[in-house]
Amino acid sequence: MPDPMKIRATTVGDTTEVKVLMSHEMETGQRKDAQGKTIPAWFIQNVLVTWNGKMVLAAQWGTAVAKNPFLSFKFKGGAKGDRINVTWIDNRAEKRSDEATIA
Amino acid sequence: MGTKPTRSVCGAALLGLIASVASGQSSTVDEIAKYRAALQDGNPAELWEARGEALWKDRRGPRQVALSQCDLGLGPGVVKGAYARLPAYFADADRVMDLETRLVWCMVTLQGYTDADAKKQPFGNGSERKSDIEALVAFVTAASRGVPMNVALDHPKAIEMYRVGEKIFYYRGGPHDFGCVTCHADDGKRIRLQDLPNLTTREGARAAYTAWPAYRVSQGELRTFQWRLYDCFRQQRFPELVFGSDASIALTLYLARNANGGIFDAPAIKR
Repeated sequence: MPDPMKIRATTVGDTTEVKVLMSHEMETGQRKDAQGKTIPAWFIQNVLVTWNGKMVLAAQWGTAVAKNPFLSFKFKGGAKGDRINVTWIDNRAEKRSDEATIA
Repeated sequence: MGTKPTRSVCGAALLGLIASVASGQSSTVDEIAKYRAALQDGNPAELWEARGEALWKDRRGPRQVALSQCDLGLGPGVVKGAYARLPAYFADADRVMDLETRLVWCMVTLQGYTDADAKKQPFGNGSERKSDIEALVAFVTAASRGVPMNVALDHPKAIEMYRVGEKIFYYRGGPHDFGCVTCHADDGKRIRLQDLPNLTTREGARAAYTAWPAYRVSQGELRTFQWRLYDCFRQQRFPELVFGSDASIALTLYLARNANGGIFDAPAIKR
């Protein structure tokens, strides 16, 4: 089971800002280890964020995103207590889903 | 009608660019500081803090006991403000300990780990070789954020360790005849684009010591003060600084005590 994400969401006026810190190695597949062997690519490919079940962000990532990615975005809507669910799926088909409530 | 405002905006932007280039190095340093402040939001160190909290509270080790009964100097289980008082003399161990050695002590005496097992991964290396100690350090130090450094020298052994740390700081050796003083005893020194703190001044010592542990972006890991000293020894081409050794505790005590009064603000984020 991959490490949990840290999710923070706050609503100001009619806009909700969501900040997510994900734990992931994000290997590009270009690095070599101490023995000279290429370290295989291992990175988050898809990110999906839902607000009370409704999709507010769908992202397709590549190897340009750095290790332990920090994602921050805003969407119109949301109120204190609403559920924010973040799911990521990587190229090894591993996934992680975490939920938080808007503060 | 649209072109006139565009020209004056371009002119103003060009003047602004020339002005910032002219003010040279100090503005570069300021911009780096601004960039770092922006990076604090979403500091991956929080992932280590969360893992450390779980390691502190879970029953682990041969005795299946939680580390949360560990006495870090303010009583069993008291984490808030504990780091600001470390390193310190501990009567139950009859020695001066820093946070890492105290955590190892608790892992051995409370949880039943062997000393070797507790110390087998002091510094993490990727998600497959995580360091429990680094996570615990992140958790414990986060509870001292905002607390002024307050290291006491209230036992003869602590005073002795401080003097040893001071001696090590000024000792020159190794193939380059380096010492801590070579890089850290003057103002305005830097290595490439890394400014070096002058640890012989109160301001320098405070600014440097209160910013560790930190998530080192270039390492992709949260690095502790034991790691920082280990890496300094490596950079000077000294023999390897053994994790949790008396030499490492002495140097840590010397620098932490010199930082007294500085507001602790870690885990931070660094290059």
